[in-house]
Amino acid sequence: MAILSEDQTMLRDMAREWADNEAPVAAFRKTRDAAPPEGYDAALWQAQAEMGWAGVLVPEAHGGAGMGFLSLGLVLEQLGRNLVASPLAATAAATSALMLGGSQAQQAEWLPRIAAGEIVATLAIDDGPHFAPDRIATRVEAGQLTGTKAFVAEGDSATLFVVAATDGLYLVSGEQGVTRNTRKLADARSHAEIVFTDAPAQKLTEGGEQLLRQVTDRAAAATAAEMLGMAESAFAQVNDYLKQRVQFGQPLSTFQALQHRMARMFTELELMRSAVEGALEAIDAKRSDVDQAVSLAKAIAGDTLNLVSREMVQLYGGVGMTDEYDAGFYLKRARVLEAMWGNAAWHRERFAKLNGY
Amino acid sequence: MASAPEIDSATDPMATFRGEARAWLAANFPPELKGKENPMSAVDGPDEASDAERRWKAAMGDKGWGVPTWPSQYGGGGLSRAEARVLQEEMARAGAWNPIGGMGVMMFGPTLLEYGSEAQKAEHIPAIVRGEVRWCQGYSEPNAGSDLANIQTSAIDAGDHYIVNGQKTWTSGGQWADKCFALVRTDKGHKHAGISFLLIDMDAPGVETKPIRLISGQSPFCETFFADVKVAKANLVGAEGQGWEIGTRLLQHERSSLSGGGSASRLFAGTPLGQMALDYRGADDAGRLSDADLRLRIVRHEMDVRAFALTLRRAALESKSNAGPSATSSIMKNVGARITQDRAELAIEVMGMQGLGWEGEGFSEDELAQTRTWLWGKAVSIYGGSTEIQNNVIAKRILGMTEAK
Ligand SMILES: Cc1cc2nc3c(=O)[nH]c(=O)nc-3n(C[C@H](O)[C@H](O)[C@H](O)COP(=O)(O)OP(=O)(O)OC[C@H]3O[C@@H](n4cnc5c(N)ncnc54)[C@H](O)[C@@H]3O)c2cc1C
Repeated sequence: MAILSEDQTMLRDMAREWADNEAPVAAFRKTRDAAPPEGYDAALWQAQAEMGWAGVLVPEAHGGAGMGFLSLGLVLEQLGRNLVASPLAATAAATSALMLGGSQAQQAEWLPRIAAGEIVATLAIDDGPHFAPDRIATRVEAGQLTGTKAFVAEGDSATLFVVAATDGLYLVSGEQGVTRNTRKLADARSHAEIVFTDAPAQKLTEGGEQLLRQVTDRAAAATAAEMLGMAESAFAQVNDYLKQRVQFGQPLSTFQALQHRMARMFTELELMRSAVEGALEAIDAKRSDVDQAVSLAKAIAGDTLNLVSREMVQLYGGVGMTDEYDAGFYLKRARVLEAMWGNAAWHRERFAKLNGY
Repeated sequence: MASAPEIDSATDPMATFRGEARAWLAANFPPELKGKENPMSAVDGPDEASDAERRWKAAMGDKGWGVPTWPSQYGGGGLSRAEARVLQEEMARAGAWNPIGGMGVMMFGPTLLEYGSEAQKAEHIPAIVRGEVRWCQGYSEPNAGSDLANIQTSAIDAGDHYIVNGQKTWTSGGQWADKCFALVRTDKGHKHAGISFLLIDMDAPGVETKPIRLISGQSPFCETFFADVKVAKANLVGAEGQGWEIGTRLLQHERSSLSGGGSASRLFAGTPLGQMALDYRGADDAGRLSDADLRLRIVRHEMDVRAFALTLRRAALESKSNAGPSATSSIMKNVGARITQDRAELAIEVMGMQGLGWEGEGFSEDELAQTRTWLWGKAVSIYGGSTEIQNNVIAKRILGMTEAK
């Protein structure tokens, strides 16, 4: 566990308590069944905003808490544990783009509204179904942006898009020249194809050449934090289940074949936590090796959550295959987050490059 | 797999039969059905069959070639193993598939042929051969999954019939099945020796099914409830108390059919993963799949598939002498399950977000099917004896390892 300040400890405990009391997995199930057009429970999002989470990253000058990525990660981890359908991760990723690349005027226009929870913001980076930041065809001419972005998280409700074009990142508000086509994925969360047709766009002029990379690294780190919460909770649920389920006259947890698998997963989880917290801390410390720290975190998070989510279904046995149990929710959400902002293979490849081999 | 187009009677000892099979397929397999097989038909509900599908099924049913090695006296194909292999090759060559399937073919039929009375075989086998009766498996109960011998559903002797009470679960296709082969308890005093193997009509009064929804969104299996169900004693297979022996024999058939047998060809069907990856991910300047890590994992999988195919063939050759499935069916089932799941995981990774579609716009039919295949595939390491249970079998029965006391 990272060393937390008093504020961070409070934030984490509050988020954990809130998620367990107000937004258990049963709440996600309800939202999934009700299928609201925005893809999340608006009242729950309102509650999150009131607790200040939308503004965790936003500097105090713009109405936020200015707490940084480790703090954001603590909250996302708690949301991930219970699969809370929340636009927080997407909004935070867009927030970091504004903070790194926005002019003072742009920051002043958008950050206070984000901090207040008035708007949902998101990144619109990939033109296709894979993370490929080096293959972007979206263009801007005379301040008008044209292109199609596939699988934009929270695209159904976002009113501010941070869009990757051939020559940098742009802000596009959801009003003009924007068509949303909902894409229903296995995780039952909001994803949409967004078609921009001559949409008025403002460039993010700060941050230089590295802006896109820095922003997607922050999105990846935030995603890894959510994955950490999911893996942790999936593991805890299996562990409980094995202690209760009796076969051959004894709890499944007495079988050594299963004990060793649980022990292995527990070990992997420890590595995952260190890697994820390491990335968040590297971002907050503005270290020069943020990219390596993020690739390490996202690759390990991807592999570990993949393992834990598969084992969860397998070790629950038949009931794990049923919609009535929650194991399937973790499995389905896991693969979506694994694919977002570069999967384990992508990040291993980049890690190799960064290390010169 | 496919043989040369010309049949050479000088070099092919099976030339005569091969010619016969080829001619029959040309005359009877409707070409519009090429490659149209639904791999989930064994568990899916009965869907609307096309005219051609009905004709094809009737032709195969009459000929008995859906179950080529079953005895012809009950309508089976009566072919030797070698002939059956040739038939399979010729079917693959013609793009034809077997319309006769389900649990009757995979598990119940072979078991009944071994243990059933003459009257039972005459009653049930011909209907399975023609694919006219759907069977379901009434084994698992809420507290008897891996520990199958713990079943509690009771069958009480009432003279010429039994009265059955209890609950089964995970009954695949239960809501569509006509009949159920079930393990029931006829004696509470003995765990294994108190179990009997009973055939139950699913439309008998007192039988009720309640579908269970899966993580893939499908509902192909049920909870099944029995309340004072009357079952004639003529439907007891083998002797009272012989159910455990018969039931585990059936599980061996289940394992071998799940791992290889009919479905092995399916592992090689469809677009090869490497090609699929090139289509979705693109190549580098040298024409290699651009993602090196993925490329090597696909290769590892393809090598597994080939080693598995070779192992299946070797096992088939080696077991020529002994008739039924053996303990190696546990190994085969585990490898088959692993390969099936690896392929599905790799396929959705290759497709990216496009491979995680649930429904609605933006996905091709194949892509949506891939999501379901991936999720459904998580079951293959659970049903029919889970991977862990097979490993226990391997350790104990093959390796002679015993538990700590
Ligand atoms: C899609 C599907 C279809 C099915 N169809 C049918 C059907 O048609 N008819 C029918 O009767 N049943 C059917 N089943 C039930 C299936 O046979 C059982 O689910 C299976 O036997 C496992 O039992 P369980 O679900 O109770 O899991 P449990 O026995 O509770 O096992 C839970 C986990 O613990 C592991 N485990 C259990 N015991 C041990 C041990 N001693 N050592 C190590 N690990 C252990 C298991 O491998 C599993 O991973 C189906 C199941 C599925 C998923």
